[in-house]
Amino acid sequence: MEMTEMRTVGRALIRDRSLTYHQRVSRLANLAEEALEPPQVSEACGAALDKRIICDIFEGHAPYRARYLLPDYQRAIERGSAYLELPPPTDLNEALWFLMSMYSQVPSITGYPVYLGDLDAVLAPFVAGLSVDELVSALRPFWRAIDRILPDAFVHTNVGPSDSPFTRAVLRVERELLQVVPNITLKVHPDVTPDDLLLDAVKTVFECGKPHFVNHEMMVADLGDDYAAVSCYNSLPIGGGSHTLVRLNLAELVHHHAGDLEAFFDGALGRYVELGCELIEARVRYLVEQARFYEHFWLAEEGLISLDRFSAMFGVFGLAEAVNQLMQMQGLEGTYGHDQAANDLSYRITAEVAALVATRPLPYCEGNGGRAFLHSQSGIDSDVGVTAGTRIPVGTEPELYEHIRTVAPHHYLFESGVSDIVHFDDTARRNPEAVVDIIRGAFREGMRDFTFNLDSNGFIRITGYLVRKSDLDDIAHGARHSSTFLGAGAEAQARVTGRAPKRVVSNERAAAAAVHRRSPS
Amino acid sequence: MNTVGLVADVVRFSCVDGPGNRFVVFMQGCNFNCIACHNPYTINVCNNCGECVAVCESAALSLSSAGSMMWNSAVCTGSDHCTSWCPYDSTPKALPITVNELIDQVRGPAPFLSGVTVSGGEATQQAPFVRSFFAALAADPELSRLSRFVDSNGAAPEHVWRDLAPVMDGAMIDLKALDAETHLAMTGQPNDEVLASIGLLASMGKLAEVRLLMLPGINDHFDVLTRTGAWLYDVDPLMQVKVIGFRCHGVRANAGVLTEPDSATMSGYEAILRGAGLTRLCLV
Repeated sequence: MEMTEMRTVGRALIRDRSLTYHQRVSRLANLAEEALEPPQVSEACGAALDKRIICDIFEGHAPYRARYLLPDYQRAIERGSAYLELPPPTDLNEALWFLMSMYSQVPSITGYPVYLGDLDAVLAPFVAGLSVDELVSALRPFWRAIDRILPDAFVHTNVGPSDSPFTRAVLRVERELLQVVPNITLKVHPDVTPDDLLLDAVKTVFECGKPHFVNHEMMVADLGDDYAAVSCYNSLPIGGGSHTLVRLNLAELVHHHAGDLEAFFDGALGRYVELGCELIEARVRYLVEQARFYEHFWLAEEGLISLDRFSAMFGVFGLAEAVNQLMQMQGLEGTYGHDQAANDLSYRITAEVAALVATRPLPYCEGNGGRAFLHSQSGIDSDVGVTAGTRIPVGTEPELYEHIRTVAPHHYLFESGVSDIVHFDDTARRNPEAVVDIIRGAFREGMRDFTFNLDSNGFIRITGYLVRKSDLDDIAHGARHSSTFLGAGAEAQARVTGRAPKRVVSNERAAAAAVHRRSPS
Repeated sequence: MNTVGLVADVVRFSCVDGPGNRFVVFMQGCNFNCIACHNPYTINVCNNCGECVAVCESAALSLSSAGSMMWNSAVCTGSDHCTSWCPYDSTPKALPITVNELIDQVRGPAPFLSGVTVSGGEATQQAPFVRSFFAALAADPELSRLSRFVDSNGAAPEHVWRDLAPVMDGAMIDLKALDAETHLAMTGQPNDEVLASIGLLASMGKLAEVRLLMLPGINDHFDVLTRTGAWLYDVDPLMQVKVIGFRCHGVRANAGVLTEPDSATMSGYEAILRGAGLTRLCLV
């Protein structure tokens, strides 16, 4: 971006009445970052970026904090913090203030923490003997403060898999306050999580679109006991996280590929996975070796994150369009989600990408054995006509059973998260047990992540984050939550609210929308 | 397990046909002819008249040389012109299916299900098939955990219920009207068997639910509903009763005179039934 253009954009940001003070500061910082040279990559990598076959999701030219970081809040609470000048808390009230103080000092790609801790576990030492009513009273002001101080729907907490009065209190506060922040994941284990808790959670979704459900057994098998779902559908190690996220646009890749199916698998796919990994490597090296984030940042100094628990994320999206295009190229009619040959081709593509990513060593990625985590990336607000991740295109989904059977076989590959949003009509409200059956079944059949929503509450789930419908209506006058701008972008591009199944594309970097990076050079 | 049933349709996931998520089998053929029927094409068994062949835009229908209806599901677009056209309240798409074939269809969705419901049409019109199907589910190690329900108009003789009882977890029975005359006007049939079935199933512990389909101006007079509530309370004070407001969706053109109750009217029904002592009420 030329200096003249930069000045114009900067002046417009300063004058933009729809932005809060903090939103202006954050966008101005992103603008300044654009003035720096991006990490060096090869000409081929730069060309792939220009064609948007690979994409760094506008993370910015100069990585100076990890994209997603998951501090070990439990450890912080046990030890206290020299940096925060706080001793270990001794009761619930102190613990809540300790956490709030800590949240204010935890960055991520959004500028806000994407992880607030597995709060049922983190606060367990302080809640013994308290009733659900007492916990609701204690949590209500804390929950409100989270939404007001951290106004971003990528801010995420986890609870479960076991039941507790604390978890019940969280669900009740959610139903009462109807906030978009914090986002919530319930970890679900077939034997540990009782039906009654799942039922309570399903009824909470009816009211406010939360929580999201994850398959605890599968997550633990892939990530170990200490994992959490953060931001939207990003499952990562606690005490670590992901330096960066680079995604491969499979739809665009097929478009630039002239050969036959075997040439696609033998040449094109491998070449562009490698170019994506090259971009990851350049960004990771910049963050670790140039910015030296893990050497001086307080969370690292106090052992609340450690570099060896980090890796990077390699995302894919546009699988549906890629499959359909490849089917056409072979003169076949079937489409993804509706035809076994098309579905089989989709499984072959994701398995091949997984194999390529699993054999490409990356520096500073010991959090996943020196390889990137594979991720089914749920899109950004500017994507048009490309389906998020490995989803079936909105509006063409087959009936629920076929839908789940189609997408489930992809899930085991994506250890760092895969999003398929299922839509239920309002009749489900009268039969929440049916939704519990379907969640249990989906996990039995190998799904990793499960999110659903209804038409009839005041929320739209965009990818993993939520937007209030009433806020979208008033977007011209600005929005307190940064993420609501992304929902508005998704609405403008894809008319989300007008669709029967409400799900769209988007991502975390609202602030970058004004200053999209065009090229690495 | 080669018993054959005539099945109009199956739905693999349903959250409106009993507790939890259920696999639902809609049997073809009904002994009632209700003015408010929501799927009138399930009333009669196809008489092979062939009138629907011409209205099918995808050429999925034909008459065989032997004179029976043939349906090619591979080219059918599901427009349902055939069923809405049918002058005989039937469908060319109901298919004979064996118990084993049906069991195989349940196997895939089974991990997602609480149970199976057989509906219709009228399930008890093909009671031997339903019994074989339930017995096969109960005997299958993978499927025996699924609960087995029948959704019925209740017009079945005692021996049908006694035969089904050992393999059936519960029945959900529609009570269209307590008064014989109203019942006859609404369904074309008397209601003595329906009332007897409700009593019998309750005594066997197999009555999952009684449904009252409310048609404003027809079966919702205050005194009638009060007596209905009292009668149900007499059978079982803890009876689960679902009060269903009539909806125009799917009914035949001659049902056009019927009106839908609004939410205030529905609340009025609830108040009357609560007044009769019933507590386990659900409004739909």
